[in-house]
Amino acid sequence: MFDWINNLSPGMQTAVWATIKILGVLFLAVLPMVSYYVMAERRISAWIQDRVGPNRVGIPLTKIKLFGLGQPAADAVKAILKEDFMPAHVRKVYFWLAPMLTLIPAFMVLAVIPFGSTLGAQKMVIADLNVGILYTFGIVSLGVYGIVLAGYAANSKYPFLGGIRSSAQLVSYELAMGMSVVPVFMLVGDLNLSSIIGYQQGTLLGFLPNWLIFKLPFCFIIFLISAFAETNRLPFDLPESETELVAGYNTEYSSMKFAMFFMGEYTNMIAASAMMVTLFFGGWTLPFAGLDQPATTIMGGFLHIGIFIGKMLFFMVLFIWVRWMLPRFRYDQLMDLGWRRFVPFALANILFYAVYIWATTSGAAN
Amino acid sequence: MSNAATTETKPAVETIRIKVDGREIDVPKMMPDWQGKMVPTTMLQACQIAGGEVPHYCYHPKLPIAGNCRMCLVEFGTPAMGPDRKPVMNEDGTPKIAKSVLPYEPTTPRGAIACATPISPGMEIYPNSAATKQMREAVLESLLINHPLDCPICDQAGECKLQEYSVEHGQAESKFVEPKVHKPKAVDLGPRIMLDDERCVLCTRCIRFTKDIAGDDKLGIVNRGSYNTIATYPGTKFDNNYTLNTVDICPVGALTSKDFRFQMRVWFLKEAKSLCTSCGTGCNIVVGQRENKVYRYEPRDNDAVNGPWMCDSGRLNYKWIGRADRLSQLIKKQGDKAERISWTAATKEISDKLRAAAAGSVAIIASARQTNEELYLLKKVATKTGALTDSVARNGAGDKLLVNADKNPNSNGARLTGIAGAELGANIAKIAEGIKGGTIKTLIVFGEDVTKHGIGIDLLGKLELLVVSDILPSKTTEAAHYLLPGCAHVEKRGSFTNVKGRVQKFMKAVEAPGDARAEWEFLHDLVHNVTGQNGFVSIEGLFNQMATEVPAFNGVTWASLGDKGVTVQI
Amino acid sequence: MIVKRPELSWWERIYLPAILGGFKVTGKHFYRTVFQRKSVTMQYPEQKWTVPEGYRGAPYLVKDPDGNTKCVSCQLCEFVCPPKAIKITPPGPDGQVADRVNAEKMPKEFEINMLRCIFCGFCQEVCPEEAIFLQKDYSLTGLSRGEMIYNKEKLLNLGGVHNGPIKKWEHKLKEAEEQESFPVKQN
Repeated sequence: MFDWINNLSPGMQTAVWATIKILGVLFLAVLPMVSYYVMAERRISAWIQDRVGPNRVGIPLTKIKLFGLGQPAADAVKAILKEDFMPAHVRKVYFWLAPMLTLIPAFMVLAVIPFGSTLGAQKMVIADLNVGILYTFGIVSLGVYGIVLAGYAANSKYPFLGGIRSSAQLVSYELAMGMSVVPVFMLVGDLNLSSIIGYQQGTLLGFLPNWLIFKLPFCFIIFLISAFAETNRLPFDLPESETELVAGYNTEYSSMKFAMFFMGEYTNMIAASAMMVTLFFGGWTLPFAGLDQPATTIMGGFLHIGIFIGKMLFFMVLFIWVRWMLPRFRYDQLMDLGWRRFVPFALANILFYAVYIWATTSGAAN
Repeated sequence: MSNAATTETKPAVETIRIKVDGREIDVPKMMPDWQGKMVPTTMLQACQIAGGEVPHYCYHPKLPIAGNCRMCLVEFGTPAMGPDRKPVMNEDGTPKIAKSVLPYEPTTPRGAIACATPISPGMEIYPNSAATKQMREAVLESLLINHPLDCPICDQAGECKLQEYSVEHGQAESKFVEPKVHKPKAVDLGPRIMLDDERCVLCTRCIRFTKDIAGDDKLGIVNRGSYNTIATYPGTKFDNNYTLNTVDICPVGALTSKDFRFQMRVWFLKEAKSLCTSCGTGCNIVVGQRENKVYRYEPRDNDAVNGPWMCDSGRLNYKWIGRADRLSQLIKKQGDKAERISWTAATKEISDKLRAAAAGSVAIIASARQTNEELYLLKKVATKTGALTDSVARNGAGDKLLVNADKNPNSNGARLTGIAGAELGANIAKIAEGIKGGTIKTLIVFGEDVTKHGIGIDLLGKLELLVVSDILPSKTTEAAHYLLPGCAHVEKRGSFTNVKGRVQKFMKAVEAPGDARAEWEFLHDLVHNVTGQNGFVSIEGLFNQMATEVPAFNGVTWASLGDKGVTVQI
Repeated sequence: MIVKRPELSWWERIYLPAILGGFKVTGKHFYRTVFQRKSVTMQYPEQKWTVPEGYRGAPYLVKDPDGNTKCVSCQLCEFVCPPKAIKITPPGPDGQVADRVNAEKMPKEFEINMLRCIFCGFCQEVCPEEAIFLQKDYSLTGLSRGEMIYNKEKLLNLGGVHNGPIKKWEHKLKEAEEQESFPVKQN
């Protein structure tokens, strides 16, 4: 089936496969995932609050409800058909630009995630960059521009406050987040995400999986909490806290532009989940039945993708669940936590592991 | 200003020092009664001067005193006299007051009806004492014994003295448990009056009014005791031209107007001070309207003109205001083609034509139903164009009370502003002649149907330009080249000069329909365009400007007119 | 008054108890809803809400047990209505006389704009004739604004009959009929 690709030049082959992977990941995985993630959030939130949640939309023109699984489609149709209202006082160019600047970086992060081992001859990663993690942080930090720009473009007070809040928040926690993963690379000695997964094959102490969560638990804790802050999720959803800022930076947005912010936010959460799985939970590996080795069959390839998605789902549900567990932080508490707790803690963490690695490896060298 | 002047010149009046509610005041010894004759001041008047209102039903300042409702009972006392015919003094040197008590029961206060008891020197009146309050409660309870309490239906509800006093002075419960006496309801007293006997408190205000004011002694009380009933003399109808005043003075809902019956609750009516335009008397009225619909006229107190009364014919003459065929579109007609144009365009076209008109080729027929201001502006146009002007006389039968034979509300205004001569309509024949002869090519008509006054349709057809402003359609408006919809007097502000030279102003009550616009606003624009003189765009400024230019009005200002007007020399 | 901020222990300050507590509470509710099927949601159009006693729904006109219009067009409700939802056309001098003998008056037209109505109940409270009541209808729908203006006929049909113990006009009529000398004028 793919013979014609094999006849192309190597450069062209890479390009074609990359295109197929991008389209496949985007339209078969990410977008359905985002829409059902929204649905899942609504259902799970409802269950936690003793409600039922959206359970009505099924197949149109029939009475089949399918547990409300048609809801995302209905939401999408609504978002597209709603009037795209633009207030007269907005700065139009930025107003248009902001939703795109939120959504595009969110998608781009996913490019370097190895979401499976191999499927046939292809590695299951869109771009196996050798500086994958740097790329990720670079792109993630672009995401803040969308929000700040939205706050600025809306030209009204609540979005503006939301934008300001988010810029400070994202910058602060990016620092802690970035430093939290430094021990990972010191330990692995590589910035390539595939290599990091490779490092996590096998077992630790014979019964634990050889995942970095067990070697670097503090890194994970900082990374996890920073991920909540980076994705504007409760308890750190200050840029759009409804009780204080109406809807924060997206107050003035409606229709598809609002939906783009929404998708961007959920894509970010998916990306953060994927990063956590990749960095600390062994990516697509499982430490038994030989599942920690790259797959040799197509079935094995799909199994690895399934394992990866399974691990991701855990974090995605965690994102939803935490929302109902904790109240929102005050802004000074947020900043206090970021700068006075996590940054020193992450630095100490780096120092600790540096000393640890120096002690262990220098001993071996001697 | 004029009031201050009159009090200064008045000779010092003889006063009596009395105490009302413990406060000493000086009260004139004599005051005018309902006919203006000087009679001893009563306790009720003294209390009014002291600033307190004594509740009353039968007393009315413009009617003879009957003293039958007992509502104005007050406790009072007079200086005690010793056997030596000298006032008894208290220990502190103040005269001892002997409170009025029952002769055989000296602990029970004996009240007196304030409306009919004259004051005497040193008298003390207690209009707010516990005994007075108890008397009022008892009187009210007695008046309410047979009252049907049908306020939700009664037209008087909202302006009913029985309601007001029950709230202020009454008690919530009645001790009366026996069946109430039921009297006839909805009795047809006359063509404009409906009587509900159950509601009547037998104050006899209506009887006294119709006997002593209207001079038509038809009402009386028949039957006895609880069965007292107001009735007309057998075989007659209560149908003089002043019957509706009895509805006004009836303190309860016994007499109601058939015209206003079940039309609207009075508390919805927004009121505006205005004038009656049905004759030259210029009775002061209050226009009651709701949601741009006029519901009733009521007389407004003005002793210089109408007192508290007005005639039925004037009072009911309001229905044309909201008529469906009111002119509401500004129409320009050329040949058979009629089109709707804007005021701006019409003003420009008409003033262009007037400016181009040869001197003497213009005639203006104004109406003596127009306001002083409008007639004044029309006169300015006439002066500029050298126009022949006149108005139309409208005469009918008058009576000795209020109705005047001159049916125009502002004949004197037309004379004073120079629109018409001493005899209204003297120039109309001349104008007709001019049109026939071809010297008059332009005719401006305001508010009159000239086809009924000597200028026929054939003559109007010969005109090059016929500008007509009116309120209701007529033969003249049909012939107009420019038809300007005007305002009824309740739709604008302005002033009239009545037959006795009283200049009075009236206020706007409702909005005019469609394009209709106050005539003076249009005339102001026209005068500005034709003469080049700028004027005032507010009625106040316009009136004041007119007052300086028209000799008769010199010294009068819009503000000094007040609610009751100013009399000028005619 | 100054409320002292509670001092947190070290254990509390690391947030773990708060997180665990939050997890416990949310988990309990999740379990209750998903596994025990005890959600508080009502499946609205299929399940209908039982309106409690004293609920203030749509105001309708009522008839007396003999099927007569109770309203006498006193317009107090129109006056008191805060959003000006009620519009009454009085009968005027030549209007139709009331259904009930002796009551003299009833509205020619009685309109309530249900889009304006705020269901405050002032009309019911002010009514001297007990002719208007806030009833239990809470779901008023229509396809146009005009449809949402309920006229007298519709209001009377929706309102039904009120069995009030006080029959003022009937009582008056009986009293009057017993007094032979002054028969009431029966329109």
